[in-house]
Amino acid sequence: MEGAGPGGTGNGEPGVVYTMENKPIVTCAGDQSLFTAVYSTLTQQLPREPMEWRRAYGRAPKMIHLESNFVQFKEELLPKEGNKALLTFPFLHIYWTECCDTEVYKATTKDDITKWQNALRAHSTTDWLIVVVESESKKKNKTNILPRTSIADKIRSDFCNKQSDRCMVLVDPLKDTSRSQESWSLFLSKLRTLLLTSFTRNLGHFEDEMRTLREKRTEPGWSFCDYFMVQEELAFVFEMLQQFEDALVQYDELDALFSQYVLNFGAGDGANWLSSFCQPVQSWDGLALRKPIDMEKRDLIQRRRANLLELRSYLFSRQCTLLLFLQRPWEVAGRALELLHNCVQELRLLEVSVPPGALDCWVFLSCLEVLQRIEGCCERAQLEANISHTVGLWSYATEKLQALGSLCGLVSESGPCSEDLQRTVDLLAGLGAERPETANTAQSPYKKLQEALSSEESFEKHYLDLAHATIEMYNSIGRSRSAKLVGKNLADFYMKKSLPQKAEPYLQGALRMYQAEGWALPLTHTRKQLAECQKLLGQTEPYLKTCSLLATDNNLPQEERVGHCHEILRLSAQDASAGGNHISLPFGSFAHLTSLRFDPPNAVVHVGGSLSIELALLCLLPEPFHLEHLSGYFHYSLDKNSYRKTAEWLTQHKPAGGTVHFQPETPLGVRVAPPILELSEMHEKSPSEGGLVSTGVICRNVHMLLRAQDTSSSSPVDRHFGLSLQDGAHNLHCSNIVLQPGLNHVTFHAQAQEPGTYTLRQLAASFGAVELLLPHVYPIVQYDVYSQEPQLKVEPLNDCLLAGVPQKLKFTVTTGHYQVKLGDTLQLSNADAMPIIPGTDTTASIYQNSHGEYNPSAVPLYLVFGDCRKIAFWSPPSDDCSWQLLSLLVTGEASVSSLSIQRSDKITSISLPLAPPYHIMEFELDVVCLLPEGGRLMNGEIPRRGKEPHNSHSSAASGVLEQRVSVDCPWSIYSTIISLTFHLPLKAQYTILSSGTRKYIQVCVENMCDFSFQLSDSCLSSTRDLQFHPLHTMESQSLQRQQCLFYVWEVTWRQGLPSTLPCSFSVSFFPLPLPESCANLQPFTYYFHLEHFYTLYTVRAEILPPAESEFCKMGSLCSLEVCITRLCDPVETDKEETLTDCEGYTSTQLFYQVVDGGSNWAVCGRSSGVVLMPVKHGACHTVRMEVMPLFAGYLPYPDVQLFRYLPHHSHSQQVDADSWIENDSVSVEDPCEAPSGRSQSTSLSPGPLSSTAEQKGLPMPRLQPFHAGQIGNSSAGRQILVIPSMDDHVLEVNVT
Amino acid sequence: MAVCVAVIAKENYPLYIRSIPTENQLKFHYTVHTSLDVVDEKISAMGKALVDQRELYLGLLYPTEDYKVYGYVTNSKVKFVMVVDSSNTALRDNEIRSMFRKLHNSYTDVMCNPFYNPGDPIQSRAFDNTVSSMMVATC
Repeated sequence: MEGAGPGGTGNGEPGVVYTMENKPIVTCAGDQSLFTAVYSTLTQQLPREPMEWRRAYGRAPKMIHLESNFVQFKEELLPKEGNKALLTFPFLHIYWTECCDTEVYKATTKDDITKWQNALRAHSTTDWLIVVVESESKKKNKTNILPRTSIADKIRSDFCNKQSDRCMVLVDPLKDTSRSQESWSLFLSKLRTLLLTSFTRNLGHFEDEMRTLREKRTEPGWSFCDYFMVQEELAFVFEMLQQFEDALVQYDELDALFSQYVLNFGAGDGANWLSSFCQPVQSWDGLALRKPIDMEKRDLIQRRRANLLELRSYLFSRQCTLLLFLQRPWEVAGRALELLHNCVQELRLLEVSVPPGALDCWVFLSCLEVLQRIEGCCERAQLEANISHTVGLWSYATEKLQALGSLCGLVSESGPCSEDLQRTVDLLAGLGAERPETANTAQSPYKKLQEALSSEESFEKHYLDLAHATIEMYNSIGRSRSAKLVGKNLADFYMKKSLPQKAEPYLQGALRMYQAEGWALPLTHTRKQLAECQKLLGQTEPYLKTCSLLATDNNLPQEERVGHCHEILRLSAQDASAGGNHISLPFGSFAHLTSLRFDPPNAVVHVGGSLSIELALLCLLPEPFHLEHLSGYFHYSLDKNSYRKTAEWLTQHKPAGGTVHFQPETPLGVRVAPPILELSEMHEKSPSEGGLVSTGVICRNVHMLLRAQDTSSSSPVDRHFGLSLQDGAHNLHCSNIVLQPGLNHVTFHAQAQEPGTYTLRQLAASFGAVELLLPHVYPIVQYDVYSQEPQLKVEPLNDCLLAGVPQKLKFTVTTGHYQVKLGDTLQLSNADAMPIIPGTDTTASIYQNSHGEYNPSAVPLYLVFGDCRKIAFWSPPSDDCSWQLLSLLVTGEASVSSLSIQRSDKITSISLPLAPPYHIMEFELDVVCLLPEGGRLMNGEIPRRGKEPHNSHSSAASGVLEQRVSVDCPWSIYSTIISLTFHLPLKAQYTILSSGTRKYIQVCVENMCDFSFQLSDSCLSSTRDLQFHPLHTMESQSLQRQQCLFYVWEVTWRQGLPSTLPCSFSVSFFPLPLPESCANLQPFTYYFHLEHFYTLYTVRAEILPPAESEFCKMGSLCSLEVCITRLCDPVETDKEETLTDCEGYTSTQLFYQVVDGGSNWAVCGRSSGVVLMPVKHGACHTVRMEVMPLFAGYLPYPDVQLFRYLPHHSHSQQVDADSWIENDSVSVEDPCEAPSGRSQSTSLSPGPLSSTAEQKGLPMPRLQPFHAGQIGNSSAGRQILVIPSMDDHVLEVNVT
Repeated sequence: MAVCVAVIAKENYPLYIRSIPTENQLKFHYTVHTSLDVVDEKISAMGKALVDQRELYLGLLYPTEDYKVYGYVTNSKVKFVMVVDSSNTALRDNEIRSMFRKLHNSYTDVMCNPFYNPGDPIQSRAFDNTVSSMMVATC
């Protein structure tokens, strides 16, 4: 097959035995010596320039450098019919001639060419070329030469029928002339073109045939091997043409075709030819990649004797070669791994019998072969950069070697047995002899495997080398999980070799990773291995820790957990008996603290009191577990800021939940979300200029965020050994506890001693030599112990205290640290206005210091929780016995004892019953605050009692009375002052009503509080000058809250009364519902003064319709006649007035004003004026004016107001009243609205700015209102009918 | 079809992992866990440039002798890993893709459940059924 060209070829790659280092064959016929002369130039020049190769089937054109193997033409070289060999196929035939003589041509050359042509034609070859070499020298030698082209022309005409380009002329090929070069280049390009044409045609032809063959694959006689050979031929040609990509495609197609057949076979569609590949595997010498073509295997395939492994090996070796030519070593690695996996699968699928271990050997050798092949053609740096591609092979090789080791008994402690040895021998036999190409390589895969299987020691060495290399590679590319897994296998190996100390770090590493990433099952499995390892190592403490974790592991079956549990007990007992050191283990691996409950729930206890703390422990062990001790370690701190630790503060501010819940362990791997970023704006201003210096955003919880990141890396169990037990005096212990699986409750009892705060810092438990420690307790758990001063508190039972009615006061004595002894009394200084009413059976209830508020609605809640002592016991309200009963039922601890109360003049002493410290004593007393009495009549005011010895203070104006009582307590030398505020229940107000000269007094009693009263025995009394005739009913009446009750009397009097007359109103009142005894109730009294109550003037107004009409009409003027009549002779009060002498009578000046409040009337002209009035009975003055009704209907009369007119004393002229009265808007205060009895000195000045005008000393007249009773208005309440005007469609009235 | 299906949280702890009951569960846990190496590698190789049009399907993570491990990563970096028997050659890439899409849809439904706390192990029965349907040998 080897083409033996005249020049030979020997320029194959060094070290590669390439039997088919072939180039396309070109035959040379004709003048051999001539060809030999140009051969070297030709072979040199031909590949120099690339040619574009356009290809069929739409394949992309390629630039290709052509080379050829020029061989001498022989008839045998021409392919016979049916020969498919492409490699030996001559693609072009060249005939060389130097003939320049026509004669010679005719004589010999033509015949020779004809013969040559015939031979070609016989084999239907159309790829030929005739080269005529001309040389100048020859021409010169001959004289009778024809024109130089003649020979070529002749040849063309003779042979190149229509293909004149099949004859080329090469001029002086061996000389360096321009003509020569020109002809060379023409020749070469022709040669290239023809070669490519030939390729295209012949390859196309070949491919067509190949396809035809492939289509026949379903026919019975079809053979894959035959087809393989055919397609490989094509691949060879492509390879020959340096078209490695195309060559690879051929192999890949073969690969895919074969794979598909195997799959189909698996699916039951077996081809006959496939059975030849199913022969039992006898040899497993691995891939051989060092030769370009493994001829042995190729032979086997050709002879249809290859088995699956051999076919695969051969195919891959070819692919590998081509890939390496293509500079794609990493693809080799990837494909190799795929191939190896695939082969294993295919052997399984085809049910090929393989001796045990044989495949492992094959895979192992193959992996190493591939790796070494890649190493052989790559730089070291390149290799390191592409570890990710090769590491899979390393790992696979390691895995297989370990499998082989186990199979051959090389990893057991005892060494291989005879059976193992036999197996090893068999395996080695299957390797055959080492291939010659690797025989001299020290580290060849073959040698490695042989060595590794030869002895335990060398196996270990090789295995470790491989495993370490793999781990290192995995680590270097960041595949730590894979590295850890290999490490675990390594640990397995060490464990089998009884080298636990070497296995431990690998197991620990893997364990940490599974822990960190939260993979429970691998974690448990690894931990089990670690436990075994630690047991062998005798690391008691870590072993126990691991055991405890395994015993609590839910992923393990119950028996195994129990087994580990027993192991813990066994070891702890063993160590305890040996008197060894204590072993400290994390508490959390045995049990979790889930919640903690204080009793009392607010975790506040007084000195000497007792407190219990109930821990809820979730035991994780599978069995009941006995703990010898359980201790809580408390940290004691005394808060110097005593304000915060007072009993009140504590009881009020401590939440009364009583239960602290602890965060359950977060599930494995789950990271608690970091706290939310708290960001704030930040502005910094320059202090001097006030300008902004800097601004930004700051994170306020950096410490939280940073800490969270730190701790997330280490698991809570690992964090444990940082802290040792904090020993201190403040410990609580429990002994001999059996923890059942699941929730357990353990109670600590604490006796409070020193006041301060106790914080639970650590929990510890012990059994045998083992100590369990919970180093941190979070959230903070603490209880407070306080010491309290005794205290007395007096509060009204109701919201507000009422004066005049017996009221209940609640006394609360908080004993604090004071013990109430026999004879201890509370001494109350008596207040005159607030006597204490001795009750019939005053009792005090005493109960323990507790802090719950008594709240009836909350009682059911407390009952539900069964926490009886929380309920405050109250001395029963008289009408609510059921509560008392209930309270007694549920409290139990409250006791009731009676009080004795002794009264003397000044002091009421209450002797207290015995009470231990930190108890609360409660009792109630009835008191009554006397209503303010009218001892003296003062000018309309409630008498002040400033002279009274006690501190009572009252103010009727605000309706409030304040009483102070001082109490002397036995525990203090100082008196306690108690201030109580009483509210007046009633308020009274009188009014004078007039009818002509008859007078009536109306008293309005208003209920100021929210209670109802019954009022009776109303009585109004005054001096003998006045008689009152009641016009109201004398029966008792009830007064609801916030209501008024009116009493009316007619007054008759004698002449010559003093200007003021004291009156007193009194009425008895009882709260409703009526109390049992009314003994302590005093009547309500009200004092007032009557003055100026008799009538001086009557005013009568009369409106007359216009003269011509019967009725007043809207919009038309009517006349208003005001008649002012004096009803009495001068009286005492007139003397105060400015009297003038007029027409022989003593007269006074009156100012009148017509005011229409309802805007019903328009007063036309002057609405006010001054009249001179004789001070004489019967004197009368009439004023007329015009008014106009503005509405139709019954309109009330306008008001006529009357004032005393006091001209300014200093003015000499008669004041023109009109000058200032013109302003109608003058407002004059109604004397009735003035405070009664106080308006004497009040005088009004007209004009809005009167006061300021007066202040400035301007002479201004003044108006003085009359008292309420002094003016009688006889037309008050009158109405007059106004009829609508006729044309009422437009009515515009301007009132000025 | 699949012999093991796993959903792995962003932090690489398993949210859901289920394998066919006939095989050793532990082995699959190890396999899936180890495959995370390649998942991480592929995610980081994808880089930030292709965030928008990112392909969620990661393809074959790594083959072993017996199994093929495929990966898929959601936009929230939750990983789906599916282990397929190597002998099951009928499964093409497209089928694996569609299985992952189905899984993703079901996972989205789980996430839409207001009572599901993201990051908790998945206990949804609907999701379980989806996975079961993938593990039943239908093709």
